[in-house]
Amino acid sequence: MSKEMTCIVCPLGCHLTLEPEGESFAVSGNKCQRGKKYAIEEMIAPKRVITSTVAVDGGSYPVISVKTQAAVPKELIFEVMEDLSAVMMKAPVQVGDVVIANVRDTGVDVIATRNA
Amino acid sequence: MLKYELVVVGGGPAGLSAAVEAYEQGVRKILILERDKELGGILNQCIHNGFGLHRFKEELTGPEYSLRYIDLLKDTTIETLTDTMVLEISEEKVVRAISAERGYMEIEAEAVVFSMGCRERTRGAIQLQGDRPAGVFTAGTAQRFINMEGYMPGKRVVILGSGDIGLIMARRMTFEGAKVEAVCELMPYSNGLTRNIVQCLDDYEIPLMLSHTIVKVHGKSRVEGVTIAKVDENLRPIPETYRRIDCDTVLLSVGLIPENEITQNAGIAVDPRTSGPKVGELRQTEMEGVFACGNVVHVHDLVDFVSEEGVLSGRGVAKYLKGELETTSNFSTANGEGIGYVVPQTVNMSNVDDQVTFYMRVRSVYDRHIVRAYLGDTLVAEKKERKFLPAEMVNFKIKKDILSNLADGEIRFVVEEV
Ligand SMILES: Cc1cc2nc3c(=O)[nH]c(=O)nc-3n(C[C@H](O)[C@H](O)[C@H](O)COP(=O)(O)OP(=O)(O)OC[C@H]3O[C@@H](n4cnc5c(N)ncnc54)[C@H](O)[C@@H]3O)c2cc1C
Ligand code: SF4
Repeated sequence: MSKEMTCIVCPLGCHLTLEPEGESFAVSGNKCQRGKKYAIEEMIAPKRVITSTVAVDGGSYPVISVKTQAAVPKELIFEVMEDLSAVMMKAPVQVGDVVIANVRDTGVDVIATRNA
Repeated sequence: MLKYELVVVGGGPAGLSAAVEAYEQGVRKILILERDKELGGILNQCIHNGFGLHRFKEELTGPEYSLRYIDLLKDTTIETLTDTMVLEISEEKVVRAISAERGYMEIEAEAVVFSMGCRERTRGAIQLQGDRPAGVFTAGTAQRFINMEGYMPGKRVVILGSGDIGLIMARRMTFEGAKVEAVCELMPYSNGLTRNIVQCLDDYEIPLMLSHTIVKVHGKSRVEGVTIAKVDENLRPIPETYRRIDCDTVLLSVGLIPENEITQNAGIAVDPRTSGPKVGELRQTEMEGVFACGNVVHVHDLVDFVSEEGVLSGRGVAKYLKGELETTSNFSTANGEGIGYVVPQTVNMSNVDDQVTFYMRVRSVYDRHIVRAYLGDTLVAEKKERKFLPAEMVNFKIKKDILSNLADGEIRFVVEEV
C-alpha cells in the first residue's frame, strides 16, 4: 500500500510517494535526499523545526525571533513554546546566540535568528 | 547634487541582491534607499524557516536570510540609507526622497533599480456591514505585530483567504495560544503552497474551508464573530449555508499587489497582468537605465527567485553603465490558454548568457497537464509537473541554443493536456 505526502523540508514542496520496502519505505518524487529522510521520519516519529519569538530587553524591538536549530519531536511543540514564553534576553544579542540549550532534553538548542 | 552610478529603491531581498550583483560586476557608487528603520524588507517579519536553500544551500529563517545579504554589503562600497522614503524619480533619473536624518534629498542616478516589493490587498476583500469593529487585520500586519512588535492581536481567529501568509499566521497564532477557528477560501482550491497547508493547518487540525467566504462581521467596537457561507460555482454565497462563528479577530490573506506608484509616476506603464512594469531578460523597464526586480515586477512566493531576479537586474545595470545593454528585442512573450502572465515580457538574445528563465502562473489547478512554449506553430520547449497550481509560480527555463535557432517573434506559453 503506497502513501503520498508533501515534503515540507523546503519550499519546493515535492510530492512524495512511499512504498513499503522491508522494515522501511522506498521514497520517490523527492528532488533531494532530505526529502527521503523526511518521509521516513514522518512515518515513524514526526519532527518539526519550531520558530517563534522571545522577549528581549534593550533591543530595537521588544522581541527577537528564534528557532530550534534542528527539528524536534512534534509532540513537544507546545512545551517548547511554554519554555520560550518564560525567557527574557538582554541586548546585545547576536544571530546564532543560544537562547535555551538542549530544550526539553531533545539535544537541540534554541538559537536567536536576528540581532538585537 | 549627490551623484551615484546606481540608486536602489527598496532594501528588501530584491534590492539587496541587485546591489550586490551590480557591485560584483564592477559598479562602485551604489546607494540603497529604504523607508523602514532597517534593511531586509518583508523577510524580517517572516520568522519561519525554509528560505535560502537555493541561494545559500542552508535552511534559514527570513531574518537570517536578510542578514546574509546585509552582511555581504560590509565588504563592499555600497552605501545604505534607512528611514528614507523615495517620493519620485524624474525623467532625468533624479531620485527625490525624504530621509529622517537628512531631510529632503535629490540624488542624480545613472541607473535606478526599483525593488519596492508589494503590499497586501485589503479593500474589496471583505464587506463590513454596519459598524467597523476593531480586530480586522491583514495577515501581514498581524505577522509584524506578533513577530516584531511582540503584540498578540487576538485570541479567537477566523482567517479569510488561504494565501501563504494567512496559513503561516494560522500556525503562528496557534503557537501563541490563540484558537484559529477556520481558514475560509472563496475558491475551490487553496492559494497557498501545499507544504504550508500540511505544516500550518493539518498539523494543528485547523479546518480549511474551500468555497467559503465571510458574509458578515459582527461586533460594535470589537469583532465578536463572523457569518460564513458556502459559495456556489459563481462564487455567490448560498443563504442556506450561513453559519456564525464567534471570534475576536479576522485576518485577511487575500493576495498581494506590486507597489508601483513611483513606477507609474515616472511614466512607466504597468502591465495589467502582473500589476508590475513590463521588463526584459535583465529586468530593464521601458525607461532607459531603469530596472525592476522582485515583488514590484510580479508577486513571488519564494524569496530565492526574488534574489535570482535581483541578480539579473544587477547584471543589467552593469551592462547598461558600460554601454553594452542592447535595447531592442528578439522575442516578446504572450500568455496563452491557461496562463495568467509571463515574465519577462521581452527577450534580447545578446544579453542572455546560457538560458532564459520564464516565470509564469497558471490560472487554475491543472492535473496531468504540460506547459508548452510555441513560436507560431513551432513547439519550442515544454515543462512537465505532476500538478500545476496557481499558488506555485512556474519557472520554465529555455536554453540559449534553442532560442538562438529561432526566428524573432512572439513566444506563447499555453497549458495543454498530456
Ligand atoms: C507579508 C508577506 C509575507 C511573506 N512571506 C513570505 C515567506 O514566508 N516566504 C517567502 O519566500 N516569501 C514570502 N513573501 C514573499 C516575499 O515578498 C518575498 O520573499 C520577498 O521578501 C520579496 O522581496 P522584495 O525585495 O521584492 O520585497 P520586500 O521584501 O517587500 O522589500 C521591499 C522593500 O522596499 C521598501 N520600500 C518600498 N517602497 C519604498 C519607497 N518608496 N522608498 C524606500 N523604500 C521603499 C520596503 O520598505 C521594503 O523594505 C511574503 C510577502 C509578504 C508581503
Ligand atoms: S525533497 Fe528536497 S527539494 Fe523536494 S521539497 Fe523536500 S527538501 Fe525540498
